[in-house]
Amino acid sequence: MHQLLPALSLEIIVIVLGVLMLFAEAFAKTADRSGLARFAIFVLLCVFGFSFFTIPPPAEPTGFWRFYQIDTTALFFKRLALITTVLVLIMSLEYRSVMARFIPGVEPGHGTGEFYSLIVLICSGLMFMASAVDFTMIFVSLELVTIGFYVLVAYMRRHTQSLEAGIKYLILGALSTGFLVYGITWVFGITGETNLAKIQDKLLLGFAEHGALIGNEKALLFGVVLIMVALGFKIAASPFHLWVPDVYQGAPTPVTAFLSVGSKAAGFIILFRVLEVFLSVPVIQTKLMPLLVILAAATLIFGNLAAIPQDNLKRLFAYSSIAHAGYLLMAVVGYNSNPLGARDAIAFYMGGYLLMTLLSFLILIIVARHSRGDDISHFNGLGKRAPFLAFAMTIALASLAGIPLTVGFLGKFLAFKSAIEGGHMVLAVIAIVAVATGFYYYFRVIAAMYWQEPNDSTPIQSGLLSRISISVLAVLIIVLGVNPKPLFDKLHDQIPVISVAKH
Amino acid sequence: MNDFPMSASVLSYIVFLPIFTALCILLGAPARKSALCTAGLNFFFTLLGFFAYGRDEGGYQLNAVMALIPAWGLSLNFAADGLSLVMLLLTTTVTLAAVWVTPAIEKRAGLFYACIMLISAGAAGAFVSQDLFFFYAFHELALIPTFLMIGIWGSGERQKAAWQITIYLAVGSIVLLIGLIKLYLAFPPELRTFDIETLIANRDVLSAATQGGIYIWLLIGFGILISLFPFHTWAPTAYASAPTPVTMLHAGVLKKFGLYGLIRVALPLLPEGAKHWANLLLVLLVCNIIYIGLVTIAQKKVDLMLGYSSVMHMGYVFLGIAAGNVMGITGASMLMLAHGLSIAVLFAMSGEVRRLYGTLEFSKLGGIAKKHAFLGYAFGIAAFASIGLPGFANFSSELMVFFGAFSQGAIRYSTSFTPIQIATVFALWGVVISAVYMLRMYHLVFMGEPDSATTSSIQPSCTLRLPVIFLILALVVGGFFPQLFINYLKPSAQRLINEVATQTASNH
Repeated sequence: MHQLLPALSLEIIVIVLGVLMLFAEAFAKTADRSGLARFAIFVLLCVFGFSFFTIPPPAEPTGFWRFYQIDTTALFFKRLALITTVLVLIMSLEYRSVMARFIPGVEPGHGTGEFYSLIVLICSGLMFMASAVDFTMIFVSLELVTIGFYVLVAYMRRHTQSLEAGIKYLILGALSTGFLVYGITWVFGITGETNLAKIQDKLLLGFAEHGALIGNEKALLFGVVLIMVALGFKIAASPFHLWVPDVYQGAPTPVTAFLSVGSKAAGFIILFRVLEVFLSVPVIQTKLMPLLVILAAATLIFGNLAAIPQDNLKRLFAYSSIAHAGYLLMAVVGYNSNPLGARDAIAFYMGGYLLMTLLSFLILIIVARHSRGDDISHFNGLGKRAPFLAFAMTIALASLAGIPLTVGFLGKFLAFKSAIEGGHMVLAVIAIVAVATGFYYYFRVIAAMYWQEPNDSTPIQSGLLSRISISVLAVLIIVLGVNPKPLFDKLHDQIPVISVAKH
Repeated sequence: MNDFPMSASVLSYIVFLPIFTALCILLGAPARKSALCTAGLNFFFTLLGFFAYGRDEGGYQLNAVMALIPAWGLSLNFAADGLSLVMLLLTTTVTLAAVWVTPAIEKRAGLFYACIMLISAGAAGAFVSQDLFFFYAFHELALIPTFLMIGIWGSGERQKAAWQITIYLAVGSIVLLIGLIKLYLAFPPELRTFDIETLIANRDVLSAATQGGIYIWLLIGFGILISLFPFHTWAPTAYASAPTPVTMLHAGVLKKFGLYGLIRVALPLLPEGAKHWANLLLVLLVCNIIYIGLVTIAQKKVDLMLGYSSVMHMGYVFLGIAAGNVMGITGASMLMLAHGLSIAVLFAMSGEVRRLYGTLEFSKLGGIAKKHAFLGYAFGIAAFASIGLPGFANFSSELMVFFGAFSQGAIRYSTSFTPIQIATVFALWGVVISAVYMLRMYHLVFMGEPDSATTSSIQPSCTLRLPVIFLILALVVGGFFPQLFINYLKPSAQRLINEVATQTASNH
């Protein structure tokens, strides 16, 4: 494979793009900013293409490379971030007329340049998160993402729900940041390092020499648990999920989709990189594993059961997002018996989750714009009104519910496999209830679309870009569900890798 | 494993043609014509498959393989042996009949026929997949179409029934999935594959305890899909509410998937597990036959009664599987075909009665045979077949099941019955029970003087007659020439028994 660009240049291009868009917003003469979004989509797709031609990092990590790691997992998650951003921008284009209703005195599409620019800047943060292997880097990139989201969630200034969501996200986000910094300091205090690889070396070395952990075991565990709490906020795991329903419902829908996919994917890659270090130490593993299992079980139960009575689709998707965090955690707990399998499961699940979640949000935005509401009842009779959208939505929901021959099923299959392989049959049994409830609430939407009569029969229009994306996403869900090979090959590309784990 | 193009085998046409048709119909092709053409073509393809299959060589033939993820041993792998071919015949026959009998659909005909096509493709795919993953996956293809069809075109409490069947089957399939994953992981990493044949070849690595632990998951998972007692409650209500073609396909074909899975996966892979849980299965299947049989007698509506009777008859198939010898398995396989055909006729007829009279309650019906002679004859014949009278496929297969089960339990010079013999005795009483409810219902609904309320004078049309005659012919052929099918089924059963036997030998 040709190697043209240093990996870091991907992020640099994205940042430059974001800053240029800010300038364009400030100085451009034309008022309509939708061209900016189209330009950004084009550039991001180019960057996605470039990501296949990156130069491998130096063999010995020095200087910046101690903070920034480029391996298959990192590249995979960078690509996920890029695709998510592209689709979120397409959604924002569909959403601009709704947004204009809640931003003072503008035409549809006007004054939205900074909205697009923030999305692009968050994308760069997500890409950094995929490569972060040092606590300082993790913290900085995480904050880049979170602060961007503070603005985006509250972007519709005249919309009380959006404002409320913004405040809630700000307060709880700040709280979780506090947990994260506090946890990092404890770990730093014990080990004297912020670099994940070095922390692991120290722990393992100390263990080999003294047969015990260096420093105070309780203090170290305290720090690790604090970090887990903070990351629990980011991935929307129960019991740190309380912000999710309100924020998801209140935020502009493209931002909800972005939070649900981008933020979660980046949260999981960091969770995995951090856990990888601490789970490699047997003493910590025996203490941490039960905690992770409880976290997974609680997330599965709460996310699914609370989704049952929801009538608002955005809120339903919020709970479904929690539920999916539960399945992902099922994949994480398989780490003790098969680390590679767990990593594959998480990455694959995230890839599939991206496709189905963004597809459903895209359709939700188009339907909600016409029906002026995003309740399940607004989907009534969609099968008659817009057969194409209803069919695509059915595929997305089937995949979310985990019906075979869709990519969602394969993800669930891998998650189950990971958990059972790790010997956590309790989780598998809980997941039976979870999946069955999932069938119920996802199928409620299908039932609304096909069983009910339409409330009004005006045709639903959507942009060309959206129609193309909907078709591509729906086809990908099925194709990758039948033949997951292309996605898996990307996880196993043989590029030179500097692994964090040095055994 | 060589990569043959998928198009090489007639099996891939049988699976993919209906999916293609469903897409075409959704895109606007004429619904009924396309569906009927596809169903007819598929029936023809199945016959072709029978001719192409070399019975002398036996084993799996007509292969079509597409390797997907070699690292996991995952491939799209179609092949058929005698058992698969007979199940395919059942699928395509009932599909053809189901499409044919469908009366004019008033709303959204396209969606209706597309759903039928998907259900049919899912069943066919499951019966020919030699890969554990796709074996499971194809069966689930029917889930959403069933949900939609019951909810849109069903009758009575259709939405409740749709939810019930969907959630129930979802639970069943997730239990099954956990069992299959456990099975996959029970093999050491270098032997892990989804290919059923390879798994069977390596099954010696599974200890008896492991097998027992996995078998119970599979038994419950498949059991829910088959409506094994006490997991049967979804079936009668769903069958009563579903539109006729769905009921025909579900009761006739899809429910056989679980039984097929037990024969194809659970028995050869987990023989020790099957032994360990044998007595539990016997108790449950006797409940299926006796308890559900008594419940069936108490029914007051034709559709619910037929639903319960189909649950009850699963008990016989379970008995053949529990016997675990060549005759029992052959009988069970044959009974799947026979039951599928007869229940399809019965539900087609009851659907027609509902269409003509608007009700299926015994108390409001009577004397139908006088007004609609064809309905009377056809229902009567199918009812006799269902009871298991000689001359129909059901008779020969039930006979094999009973003989197989009884001889399996026989211990020379023993003075007392073994558990399976006791179960067989109970099962024989089941025949009497089915005679009671079928004849009682026939007497109430079809005999006597026509009630004043039942004044409909429309004669059932040709669209109903031909497919029903077609199904009944198949039943009669199976009754008078059972060898036609047994010649295909017996070698499969024989091979299965040999596989089980080698395992048992190597373990001791």
